Amino acid sequence: MNIEPIVFYLFSTILVLASVAVVTVRNSVFAALFLVLAFFTCAALWILLEAEFLSLVLVLVYVGAVMVLFLFVVMMLDINDTLLREGFTKYLIPGGLVAIVIIVEMAIVVGPENFGLDKFADPVARAADYSNTKELGMLLYTDYVYPFELAAVLLLVAIIAAISLTMRRRPETKYQDPAKQILVRREDRVRVVKMESEKIKE
Amino acid sequence: MIELLQTTWNEVPLALQIILKIIVIVVPIMLSVAYLTLAERKVIGYIQVRIGPNRVGPRGLLQPIADGLKLALKEVIIPNNSNHYLFLLGPLLTLAPALVAWAVIPFDEGVVLTDLNAGLLYALAIMSLGVYGILISGWASNSKYALISAVRMGAQMVSYGIAMGFALVGVVLAAGSLNLQEIVLAQEGSFIHWFWLPLAPLFLVYFISGVAETNRAPFDVAEGESEIVAGFHVEYSGMAFALFFLAEYANMILISVLTAVMFLGGWLSPFQGIPGLEYLFSWVPGIVWLLAKTALLLFFFLWFRATFPRYRYDQLMRLGWKVFIPVTIVWLLVTGLAVMVHLGPWFD
Repeated sequence: MNIEPIVFYLFSTILVLASVAVVTVRNSVFAALFLVLAFFTCAALWILLEAEFLSLVLVLVYVGAVMVLFLFVVMMLDINDTLLREGFTKYLIPGGLVAIVIIVEMAIVVGPENFGLDKFADPVARAADYSNTKELGMLLYTDYVYPFELAAVLLLVAIIAAISLTMRRRPETKYQDPAKQILVRREDRVRVVKMESEKIKE
Repeated sequence: MIELLQTTWNEVPLALQIILKIIVIVVPIMLSVAYLTLAERKVIGYIQVRIGPNRVGPRGLLQPIADGLKLALKEVIIPNNSNHYLFLLGPLLTLAPALVAWAVIPFDEGVVLTDLNAGLLYALAIMSLGVYGILISGWASNSKYALISAVRMGAQMVSYGIAMGFALVGVVLAAGSLNLQEIVLAQEGSFIHWFWLPLAPLFLVYFISGVAETNRAPFDVAEGESEIVAGFHVEYSGMAFALFFLAEYANMILISVLTAVMFLGGWLSPFQGIPGLEYLFSWVPGIVWLLAKTALLLFFFLWFRATFPRYRYDQLMRLGWKVFIPVTIVWLLVTGLAVMVHLGPWFD
């Protein structure tokens, strides 16, 4: 019995349902959780494609870090449902237009002309000791080394920009300098005074 | 007799074989979790010059069973204004990753459930999922303390996860593989060859981050009973509460096993390479050494709890971001250079 199609259809059904739920669900925490589910099932499908490195990195980075921070923000919000629904008719026409444009663009890119089954050869099943981690590393650090480095620099710029946007000096707040705390010695704080015990005068 | 067993085993359908293997791994884990709670109370008891539990069974040996029974019989209370589905999903999502990660742990040469090429990455990815259970249960409880704790825990796990990941990059660099079996085999030779020596800073960073990741003292700000009552599980009772505890202890064992595999030579004998002793102990199966190393690391967990006071939250963040991450980055460079020049006796 071939188990692969069963696994594929099971996970793709979950993936499609979860993705639909992300945009239809009212509660934003649920939406974020459905997005997590979508990422996770997507990773499972990638495993089926024998792309274990990419799929595990998807879980590690997107599910394990990015979505946690997302949930963080969403959990803190106190969103009123009725307020959200107020602008529905107002934004329906521009929103619908944007949606149509996106659908047309998607159809052009991933439509049957470019993306049909006949356009791609069947994926080759690899031996068990085939390591696509190694292959990926080889490709990334030889053929694609410049794009790779460029992406790294881009991220660095983004980090510096984010820090410089949010960092502000606040001299009025009290905060501790751990280095100073560690350097403090007993002599700086305590003074032992030696003195004669006093006698009470009669 | 052995041949007969072999043939009957081969007759068993593959799915059933896998399920049986999973049972063989999970049942001992759950038993160790139960007895780790007893060990913790005993160890901390003796550290504080007490005896610890000694009433249930001989020397208190049946205490975990009594505790488990008590929790199983208690009512699971679901708060009215909580989100019921997520409230019950939270504990499950906390426990599941702690057990699923065991699929790639090698107990001896060739004794592993799945010999995954990217095994290390798998363990790391699965362990990073544990935070969801806590975030979800903290939010679904609809309680202030639970939410504060969930947010603390999320920030803590993300911060220490980065240091942990960097430390593991060093291991991968030194072993030249993501496969956990090959990582153990790369440490073959003697206990000097194990990665704890060439990767000493990464070993410390990984283990301490592991303590933070499992939310154990001195990093247990998510529970913080003196500040936020009990943190994310303040609204839980009965079996739902027990699942959080099972998860915490299962995670402790998992971190200890992973540390033993990656830094302390896994199933390799510590007497390897020592003439005389090596032969004397050659009959000991590898799994015994792995379990002994795990038990030692678990003892450290208990020792830490009895020794250190809790970190303040800003100190904890400072340690993670400003101490651990720079240390790992520097040591990654050192390891890279050592591998490049084939520094002996580890990388030749």
